Amino acid sequence: MIEVKDLSKSFGDQKVLRGVSAQFLPGKMNFIIGRSGSGKSVLTKCIVGLHHPERGSVLYDGRDFTAMEREGKKDIRKEIGMLFQGSALFDSMTVLENVMFPLRMFSDESAEKNRERAMVCLERVELPGAGNKFPSELSGGMQKRVGIARAIAMNPRYLFCDEPNSGLDPQTAIVIDNLIGDLTREFGMTTVVVSHDMNSVIEASDNVHFVHEGTIAWRGESEALLAGGHPALDEFIFASKLMRQLRQTLRP
Amino acid sequence: MGLFFHIGRYAAFLGQVLRRPEKGSVFRKLLLEEMNGIGIQSLGIVALLSVFMGAVICIQTAHQIGGWIPVYTIGFTVRQTMILEFSPTLIPVILAGKVGSNIASQLGTMRVTEQIDALEIMGINSANYLVLPKMIAALACIPFLVILSMGLGIGAGMWVGVSTGVSSVADFEYGMRIDFNAFDVTYALIKTCVFALIISSVSAYHGYHTSGGALEVGRSSTKAVVYAVVIVMVANLLLTQMLLG
Repeated sequence: MIEVKDLSKSFGDQKVLRGVSAQFLPGKMNFIIGRSGSGKSVLTKCIVGLHHPERGSVLYDGRDFTAMEREGKKDIRKEIGMLFQGSALFDSMTVLENVMFPLRMFSDESAEKNRERAMVCLERVELPGAGNKFPSELSGGMQKRVGIARAIAMNPRYLFCDEPNSGLDPQTAIVIDNLIGDLTREFGMTTVVVSHDMNSVIEASDNVHFVHEGTIAWRGESEALLAGGHPALDEFIFASKLMRQLRQTLRP
Repeated sequence: MGLFFHIGRYAAFLGQVLRRPEKGSVFRKLLLEEMNGIGIQSLGIVALLSVFMGAVICIQTAHQIGGWIPVYTIGFTVRQTMILEFSPTLIPVILAGKVGSNIASQLGTMRVTEQIDALEIMGINSANYLVLPKMIAALACIPFLVILSMGLGIGAGMWVGVSTGVSSVADFEYGMRIDFNAFDVTYALIKTCVFALIISSVSAYHGYHTSGGALEVGRSSTKAVVYAVVIVMVANLLLTQMLLG
């Protein structure tokens, strides 16, 4: 479980996070949703240590990440996999080298064993034949899948996905969502997904945290999402015509 | 942002870079790749410029000296110009343009496409992983390029001098040897090593701290070259005063 306690972060005079507290459960798809600029990406970057919060703490299964020195953080980071919005694949390396990269850096296994493990990961994301291609030769959806393969190469306990569906067509987006969901349940990972794609939230989330003006304005299970409960959340969810029509069907 | 901000951030950046590499085998592979990029791929431009500069210095010196200045002065001037200033200072300035912009744009692109964040998330010291091989490769390769430049420049000067009839081989060789001080080469190599570190670290600093998108990558690349050249020039003045003054 990942626990966030009273997290605050500012950039200059702008307070982005104002005492955020949240719990992300293992084996579940924990979604962080919110409008652009609401602070959800900053929250995620604080959780993984790319930003340093001014106040508060982040606990990975009880281990206080924010209070750790560089070496301690390094140990926890080896347990973290992350899928970036733009995939962040190393463009000078082939797909196979990308997936092998964390293994090559941290595993004591032979190169052959690492290659086998990378191939297993590529097969798991249904890209067994793409190993010798470069990222630039792949479609957006395939790049995301390679990103997932690289993220799970080290058998992470925690998986973070930043806007995994951005730039993808609806069908590919569902494939990526399902893949992340299946892996989460298969490996019992604590998965945190940052998204503002409502299709994805409804389709794949177990728990939802709605970030509004730097705080968690609403939290709950995905089934409770459409029932509303916070004006800003209602505005966010029912922003599209389709969702408004759905609301009328649900609340005659 | 102020000068002191950049000095402080540059020092902190170097503090991250100058650490023991995560894995020796990976570091050695990266080092060889960087030595290829910085050294081998710069051979052509360094050779071309050195040959033309040596030839031009020879013709200009021959043009300047009147009948009363000995002909061996041509060989002497070509040697001194190549060893003292052209090879150790202007070759690094040219490499600041070629290598420096390459380093800054590579790191800048990695930053804006979150590849550096991906390294950090994996628990890798990204500054050390990306920049240390570049700095060591620059330190290892640029002095060799400078020595090559000296040799080619002097050789080209001699060839042009003899083939155009402004000097004989014997006169040029005599000029090359006269009043030779081996410390001049040491001085040139000391300068070169300092410049190699400046070019690689300053351009890496600008690339690593890029934020934004493609436009900012271009800006970082330009800033990297400008700052590297200016700092090389200032360091050249200080080192010359320290070593020869």
